[in-house]
Amino acid sequence: MYSVRRWAVRHARLMERTYNVFEPLFTRLDPLWRRLGYGRLEKPVAAVERGLKGWLFDCRMCGQCALSSTGMACPMNCPKNLRNGPCGGVRANGHCEVKPDMKCVWVEAWEGSQRMTEQGGARIHQVQPPVDFQFQNTSSWLRVSRQKRQERLIARSGHTPGQSHGEPSA
Amino acid sequence: MKFDDEPIPGYSLPILPGHYSPGRLERVLRAGCFAVTTEIDPPDSADPAEVLKRAAIFDGYVDAINATDGSGANCHMSSVGVCSLLTRVGYATILQISCRDRNRIAIQGEILGAAAMGACNILCLTGDGVQAGDHPGAKPVFDLDSMSLLEIARTMRDESRFQSGRKLDLPPRVFLGAAENPFVPPLDFRPHRLAKKVAAGAQFIQTQYCFDIDLLRNFMRKVSDLGLLEGPDRVFILVGVGPLASARAARWIRANVPGVHIPDAIIERIEGAQNQKAEGVAVCKDLIHQIRQIPGVSGVHVMAYRQEHTVAEIIEQTGVLAGRVPWYPGRDNPEELNPESPDALQEETL
Ligand code: SF4
Repeated sequence: MYSVRRWAVRHARLMERTYNVFEPLFTRLDPLWRRLGYGRLEKPVAAVERGLKGWLFDCRMCGQCALSSTGMACPMNCPKNLRNGPCGGVRANGHCEVKPDMKCVWVEAWEGSQRMTEQGGARIHQVQPPVDFQFQNTSSWLRVSRQKRQERLIARSGHTPGQSHGEPSA
Repeated sequence: MKFDDEPIPGYSLPILPGHYSPGRLERVLRAGCFAVTTEIDPPDSADPAEVLKRAAIFDGYVDAINATDGSGANCHMSSVGVCSLLTRVGYATILQISCRDRNRIAIQGEILGAAAMGACNILCLTGDGVQAGDHPGAKPVFDLDSMSLLEIARTMRDESRFQSGRKLDLPPRVFLGAAENPFVPPLDFRPHRLAKKVAAGAQFIQTQYCFDIDLLRNFMRKVSDLGLLEGPDRVFILVGVGPLASARAARWIRANVPGVHIPDAIIERIEGAQNQKAEGVAVCKDLIHQIRQIPGVSGVHVMAYRQEHTVAEIIEQTGVLAGRVPWYPGRDNPEELNPESPDALQEETL
């Protein structure tokens, strides 16, 4: 919902803090997720994620969440799906070129990032890779959990972890 | 400036040490000259002569010509088509690629094709929304954004591979550009967004129309503070300018063309003039004089849509080329004249 999503951006700091508590808890449960089977969990977890993030952020389930790097404004709500910053068409009043009634997602994102912690807010400056459409409609949480496990395994075996695809997220 | 190895039309220049492309634009910028680029109006036609005719208007005044890619979301001859025709006779082109109409498969193929046809410069754009143009019912693609497009083009050039990782046999030797609009919100973010583009691979920037010198000055100061104008990976900034045809046209552009910021003072100045068209050109010249004084600016990009004939006058009278005559077909060897240039046509009738 537009009003809820704008509220979430106004409270980007709170969202960031909440996620910073949630992520380690969720990814620590990896042994449990594995026992239940990541494949089997995909549908129900994706449904919960869609419900919660859909309500809070108007999340579009791209499956590779970028919220932590975009000031808690979901970039998939930008009609051009821009994930790296605003286009050049933003209106003088800060509204969207394509949808004049909507505030530009990236004007929101910039404001949100300024409200986050220094470290979190700085992530808006990192270049994001293009969306991998194979992950659309899948759970970003489970993906992060698997990714973290991979990183732990690699760290334990002494290899340097490869570049992870995209930023872990909310 | 004259190079001792000027091109045989249609063939590339040697790539100088520390350069990325075999093109003239990169040479002019790295030599520290104030560069001038412009935009060709692509025809709604399949006539190659029309493209050459429209390019000849700029002969001797510009270092490179942008071939737009469905700008304003209106349909015209493709940018690759225009570039191919122009590079055949030796013009330096800037191929615009927008993310609006094609996905990553089509775009990467286009980069290879264009480089093979002699396009040495690529401008990576997001693109205007389809609602702005003559086919509002079209599907907006936006598979990539300008930032990921830059990164992919750079990877193709420097690492010789597609985004998928698959190897290229010969990488495209291109000088990479991007657009920036320092005049619209979020203003504080704009210099940082530029830094992000440079990190993604941008080597030159062409800005949106500048009608507000104070905003530009601020922007340039911040860009310079971010260290983007120094070192081997520095970025060259070409500021967008152009003549406004009348106060009415200016108001229309402000209301209908996405991202163009025109202060009231400019419109009032044109409105108050006897000859509004001439005043529009005068405003453009004044802006160029001021822009040239701003530290860190490497040139101007003149967009004179439907007023292309004013470009020569504007560049001539502002003296920004400092006596330089940018190469054009026939500059050194009349036999190479663009067959559609007025000079060539005159010779024929004699
Ligand atoms: S104005 Fe903002 S929300 Fe609208 S298309 Fe451009 S970047 Fe996206």
